[in-house]
Amino acid sequence: MKASNSQWKDRLVGRMPPQLEAEVDVFEHEVALKKQGKIDDRVFGETRLRRGAYGQRYDNGQRHDGVATRKLQYPSGAATKGAHTLWDAPGMQRIKIPFGGLNAAQLEVMAELAEEYSDGIAHVTTRQDFQLHFIHIEDTPTVMRRFAAVGITTREACGNSVRNVTACPIAGVCRDEVFDVTPYAKATAYFLLGHPDCQQFGRKFKTAFSGCRDQACALVRMHDLGAVAATRQENGRTRRGFELYVGGGLGTVPYQSKMMYEFLPEAELLPVAQAIARVFARLGEKKNRNTARIKFLVNKLGIDEFRRLVEEERAILPQDPRWTDYLKEIPHADEQPLKPASLLRINGLQPVGFDDWSKTNVYRQRQAGYAVVTVALPLGDVTAGQLRTLADLARKYVKDTIRTTVEQNIVLRWVSEADLPELYKELKQAGLATPGAGTIVDITACPGTDTCKLGISSSRGLAGELRTRLAERSLEMDEAVRGLRIKVSGCFNSCGQHHVADLGFYGVSRNKGGYAVPHFQVVLGGQWTENGGAYGLAIGAVPSRRVPEAVDRITSRYLAERQTGESFQAFIKRIGKAECRKMVDDLGNVPSHSEDATLYRDWADAREFTTGDMGVGECAGEIVSPTDFQLAACEREAFEAQLQLEAGETMKAARVAYESMQHAAEALLKLRLNYAPDSPDGVAAMFREHFHDTQVFFDPFAGGKFAQYYFQAHERNGQARSSESVHRLIEEAQLFIEAAHSCYGRLAGQPYLAAAI
Amino acid sequence: MNVQHVKAKIFARESSRIDLGEAIPVFHQWIQKNSGEELLIDVADYRHVPGGPGVMLIGHDAHWSLDSARNRLGLVYNRRTAMEGSTGEKLRQAVGAALEACRRLEQEPPFRGKLVFDGGECEIAINDRLLAPNTEETYRALKSDFEWLFDALWGPGAYTMEHAGEARELFQVVGKARTPVAAAELALAP
Repeated sequence: MKASNSQWKDRLVGRMPPQLEAEVDVFEHEVALKKQGKIDDRVFGETRLRRGAYGQRYDNGQRHDGVATRKLQYPSGAATKGAHTLWDAPGMQRIKIPFGGLNAAQLEVMAELAEEYSDGIAHVTTRQDFQLHFIHIEDTPTVMRRFAAVGITTREACGNSVRNVTACPIAGVCRDEVFDVTPYAKATAYFLLGHPDCQQFGRKFKTAFSGCRDQACALVRMHDLGAVAATRQENGRTRRGFELYVGGGLGTVPYQSKMMYEFLPEAELLPVAQAIARVFARLGEKKNRNTARIKFLVNKLGIDEFRRLVEEERAILPQDPRWTDYLKEIPHADEQPLKPASLLRINGLQPVGFDDWSKTNVYRQRQAGYAVVTVALPLGDVTAGQLRTLADLARKYVKDTIRTTVEQNIVLRWVSEADLPELYKELKQAGLATPGAGTIVDITACPGTDTCKLGISSSRGLAGELRTRLAERSLEMDEAVRGLRIKVSGCFNSCGQHHVADLGFYGVSRNKGGYAVPHFQVVLGGQWTENGGAYGLAIGAVPSRRVPEAVDRITSRYLAERQTGESFQAFIKRIGKAECRKMVDDLGNVPSHSEDATLYRDWADAREFTTGDMGVGECAGEIVSPTDFQLAACEREAFEAQLQLEAGETMKAARVAYESMQHAAEALLKLRLNYAPDSPDGVAAMFREHFHDTQVFFDPFAGGKFAQYYFQAHERNGQARSSESVHRLIEEAQLFIEAAHSCYGRLAGQPYLAAAI
Repeated sequence: MNVQHVKAKIFARESSRIDLGEAIPVFHQWIQKNSGEELLIDVADYRHVPGGPGVMLIGHDAHWSLDSARNRLGLVYNRRTAMEGSTGEKLRQAVGAALEACRRLEQEPPFRGKLVFDGGECEIAINDRLLAPNTEETYRALKSDFEWLFDALWGPGAYTMEHAGEARELFQVVGKARTPVAAAELALAP
């Protein structure tokens, strides 16, 4: 803890917005009370989450160091800051940046805090937030005060609340947009922040704004609430409004949002958002967090009934002047450039590398003579010194028109074009002129096993490796491959947005002869454009170390066999999932640990990939248990279900997907009890008794969610389903099988079972 | 001035040629073999960040990193928790811990003969802008503490020192020995 914390409090009095100052004072008091043991763990846990103070990996006080699981002896011993979260364990502070908008002074404070309290790195997230890692809980009030003094809040950056409102980073300067959504995103962010109607959610609530329907910048279709700019002619006048979407979301099983209104007039945006919040707070699931997102409520009620309930709520809302006050300011809200417009002079003396950089990192604005420059941050990371340089460059070239992006980059808007070469030189000097923004080398990754408690495989390790390999040959790549997007998540929770990538990956583990092997599921067919218009499906798991080879094979085949003008997504659809799988199938054959242990380690991690002391069986040769075989067969069945769905055989796909879950349940029953009943009802009942009710099957973090997928599928087995519903069922089947693999891994680690396997 | 959180960097000689990735297993081994005096938590890989902290050993009391800030490779010791003692003693602790880590790294098999730290230059920062703003006033206030440190490191009069960095940066002082010396030859009791 910093000795200067109390002095900062005095120093910043009167320099923070009063509301923010009061909120941080309260939080600081809560921290003190918790330290004295006067606040319940769960209550304090949610309290700090709502202030953006998150836990980190190893905050439960134990870590496997490659040899054994060891205790981390923090000085405050067993004192906690939430359930299973030790007081002294480092934490992550998430910082909300509504619509990604930043000014130079804010960048400088970000730099100071990264340096003084974190590890010198600030991390841009896939929600346009920043995150600082390795922060002590007792430093967080000071961190929050210093942010508040430059107009930044961390309130509701985590927890069951309205998360950062995102928006297209080129809104206002985009050549394709209907109109600038920035003021609407900003108004929504601050209207819903701390709003009493948003305090009783069962889960988080994510909102996004896009200026157009076709591009991807805001990924509206995967949000709880999404708004796409639209206009309508009425009585000879152009009226502004939004296509409003609700109930989208990635997470373990992704849902496409449903269109709620084709055209919602701008004046209705905030009251309808408030009414949606009220309906979600009133009817959304509260007890089971696994079904508490609004997507489940919309799916359960149907969009028509949901809309009816929202309109009913809207009709009784008390009038609030904030609904429309901001609209009066919009005509005067346009950003102003620092410098006059100018044209880039091509005189043959451009700096080395400028041409390649400008092809991918410069976007010509709608306003002639100006450009947006993308500063591509590798894996979203930027040093304190680089942040200061960016602040200087913003002041020199563009004023305060800086934004973060959902692709973990930073953009400088309103660069006068003639300044581009000079700006490039200065960025290059600071290590900030990496070319390839928005291409295959600009890989998005969640924190994964680096710092996230839920991470299974090293998403950042893989992304870093792919980035290095692809960057070496990116300039020689065919444009068709160069333009692909890769996104990596460390687990099934999709923080890396793998579902909407051309090539998506999410971390899973596999058991081989008693050892855990880090893997990634390969997800193909996702659509980045049209605001994340379609989700991909997994085609098979590949050992982490072999993912680069999988990428090479898939992209090479696309290059060799694509038809004229054929997109990657269309190519994947044309050749079909079975062919896709063939491309990577053999990569899944893992040699035994004694033959070659390379695959048993993850990227950028020297430790053996394991979560405990795992024994090797008595046989020195290859050990393949019946469970291994059965679970592998289940995976094939889930894949077969995908093929059936692809062929339009919806009912057959649903049946096969369900059977894959049933067979996985049978495999575990046989493993543990040496017996499984013959009937589907019998399997479900016995699985419930021995794996669900005993919590043996429970995921350490997701609890019984995956078992519920199976039970729900069992209840609905044989009933008619829509194509979208079957798509979800297949996702759920895959996740259930992944959970079965994990459960098997855990059971295999128990000595009394090791002999049986 | 109640100075805490000292950060010290010892630079690698320009002839050093290493693969930073080799530091990952080395730091993991340090955690495995840790005697328990310091709580070591994890290893963070920032090799992808140009001019960044490279590979970092995360601890509760301090972080260590093979850092490339300003494109100069070096070992950084970054104290995070408060310490007892005078300012001079805290400076000495940080530099002593950095030198110890340098010696240890030089002996690690992947780095033996490839990584040599220069004992003739030391960059020291105070990681707290409020207690130690990067001003001439701070420099005047702390100058004697730095002299005490550098006297012990290189001998009285055997070095130059200067206040470095711009106002927004951490307060920092760079000391340079007048004659070349390897880090391994320096003795500074922690």
